[in-house]
Amino acid sequence: MNIELTDDKASFSPSVAVENFDYLDHLEAEAIHIFREVAGQFERPALLFSGGKDSITLVYLALKAFRPGKFPFPLVHIDTGHNFPEALAFRDKLANDIGEKLIVRNVEDTIKAKKLTEPKGKFASRNQLQTYTLLDTIEEFEFDACIGGARRDEEKARAKERIFSVRDEFGQWDPKLQRPELWNTYNGKIHKGENVRVFPISNWTELDVWNYIRRENIPLPSIYFSHEREVLEHEGQLIAASSFIRIDPTDTIVKKNVRYRTVGDMTCTAAVESIATGIDDIIREITATKTSERGETRIDDRVSEAAMEDRKKNGYF
Amino acid sequence: MDLLRFITAGSVDDGKSTLIGRLLYDSKSILIDQMEALEKQSRNKEDGGIDLALLTDGLRAEREQGITIDVAYKYFSTPKRKFIIADAPGHIQYTRNMVTGASNANLIVILIDARLGVVEQTRRHSIIASLLNIPHVVVAVNKMDLVQYSQDVFNNIAIDYAEIANSLGLKDVSYLPISALKGDNIVDKSTVMPWYEGSTLLEHLENVEIAKDINLTHPRFSVQYVIRPQTEELHDYRGYAGKIISGVYKKGEQITVLPSGLKSSIKSIEIGGKELAEAHAPQSVVLQLEDDIDISRGDIIVTNNQLPTISQELEVLLCWMDNKPLTKGSKYLLQINSRTVKSVIKDIEYKLDVNTLEKNFETKEAGLNDIIKATIKTASPMPYDSYSALRVNGGAILIDETSNVTVGACMIQ
Repeated sequence: MNIELTDDKASFSPSVAVENFDYLDHLEAEAIHIFREVAGQFERPALLFSGGKDSITLVYLALKAFRPGKFPFPLVHIDTGHNFPEALAFRDKLANDIGEKLIVRNVEDTIKAKKLTEPKGKFASRNQLQTYTLLDTIEEFEFDACIGGARRDEEKARAKERIFSVRDEFGQWDPKLQRPELWNTYNGKIHKGENVRVFPISNWTELDVWNYIRRENIPLPSIYFSHEREVLEHEGQLIAASSFIRIDPTDTIVKKNVRYRTVGDMTCTAAVESIATGIDDIIREITATKTSERGETRIDDRVSEAAMEDRKKNGYF
Repeated sequence: MDLLRFITAGSVDDGKSTLIGRLLYDSKSILIDQMEALEKQSRNKEDGGIDLALLTDGLRAEREQGITIDVAYKYFSTPKRKFIIADAPGHIQYTRNMVTGASNANLIVILIDARLGVVEQTRRHSIIASLLNIPHVVVAVNKMDLVQYSQDVFNNIAIDYAEIANSLGLKDVSYLPISALKGDNIVDKSTVMPWYEGSTLLEHLENVEIAKDINLTHPRFSVQYVIRPQTEELHDYRGYAGKIISGVYKKGEQITVLPSGLKSSIKSIEIGGKELAEAHAPQSVVLQLEDDIDISRGDIIVTNNQLPTISQELEVLLCWMDNKPLTKGSKYLLQINSRTVKSVIKDIEYKLDVNTLEKNFETKEAGLNDIIKATIKTASPMPYDSYSALRVNGGAILIDETSNVTVGACMIQ
């Protein structure tokens, strides 16, 4: 009953477009497909937007997936209150420019409402507390799918997570109970109360993201490019001098030309010394760098070998 | 620069993780901080050397037990290609993970321990490679350093394997003598095996021809979502958002919607609102049609030649992935790309021994990691192709409606 598929590829002369279809085209096509699976399978999805380059890339991929229609989801930002002002301004402008809905929920409010204890210390981070606000927001809007910009090359635990990653009512990830994910077929079936975290750029590396940003002329917040900033040198990392960290009398604050390689909280994201003012310069620097993205710029992963694995199990992205 | 997805099959004992570690290490894809973490962990080991295997073991339980329990994805690139490695465990209980990792792969690297030659596991991995229809096979004979880099050992293994490859109908099989531990023929050419004149593993991965793995002759467009802006200027706009899973589509072409059989023609092809004259697999695009016909998610739009089969009865080879056994009469959701329908297991014909290819016709049920031949009846007609002819429209997953878990992978015959 099957039809005979003859090998008549020779009779088809592939157009230039086919031959020039490169790795970025593959990654883009895959990401758009994943976005549309979310739109087709879920009632109330959301795109978690942080203002960083990965989530900005997600927004541009969503434009390719859904224009000339509207996004079938709002952008949602969990604001720790420790964000870079440049990133926040960029977030508001972007949402406004593309005419999509932006929902912001503040960790500050969760801390007050739930009487949470803020971590103490020099670089006390709200990274852990963020999960509470995220889970509350998911509950408030009954989100059944949250799209995020995590990539598998970032970290070992992420390397094992599915593109459609099912979380229980508490947002928890169970690495041993993951669903097999075959071909390009995504199973988004869940029980009430559960949600799925979806990662359309799972298969992209840091360099892929930068190359895509360059190719598509995607604008980024100014902090990604070289600028002069007052920073504190701590164990080889440069932390922006801000009111969110404790500055001790023994600390020396210096002015340096820096840029950010990732944009998280001001308390846990380190800057790198750089004079790269354009995308080409940045790509050159990253290609030559000897340190991984998270290793160079994230204080929060240094805690232990399994730091990310543990946070994910507790509902973190 | 294009993209190659490959899977490595073998167990820890075959040096699989060491091989991946070596590829990443010698191609300079490991950075200083990752290297430092590696050195820190390797210090706990007795022999003192750097344990490249630690690079691929992601989860705590894996590091503690020295095993791989799940598919991990690793990335590296050279100026020629971007590579995605699916690192799947080789132990028998993890057939489902290997099937998962193999489902998207262009190529499989099958590791053979030079001291042991072709073993049961080699056969199992090769059978899975053939079931999943992986287009390219690399047989990497590892640990050549432990057999004095002997050409005879390598040749004999290649002869043994060729028999398996033949019986399974594996295409494009290449053989490489390597030592992952010492780095022979991985990235750099071995200086101790002058008798081997072929390419190194990395050279092979960089040059194997994969453009033809994309089918451009059998157009299948899978509808995922309907875009309807309903604004004043786009009042009548109806765009079918989906992925060209195979073939080429051109503006103006006649199309048929399956399974309904309704016909129209292509008014426009767009990406992000920008028009294209034609598009091809695996692009994600939006199609507008000339006529207002009933189309919904899961439908397949084809052009009017090379049609898929439409049927409610599917003959499948099925890999069972759940602890709860599959029995005749059980009901599941069946999903191919974006089309999901109710289905029932009508018949189990036989169980396939993945080590010997023997068929056991006395089978009543399938347990975790079993591969069986079954007949599935679907609640509505499915447009599909045979998996061996068109992989991208011939693979289906089964979903347990009560647990929502993916419990089976079907290769439609």
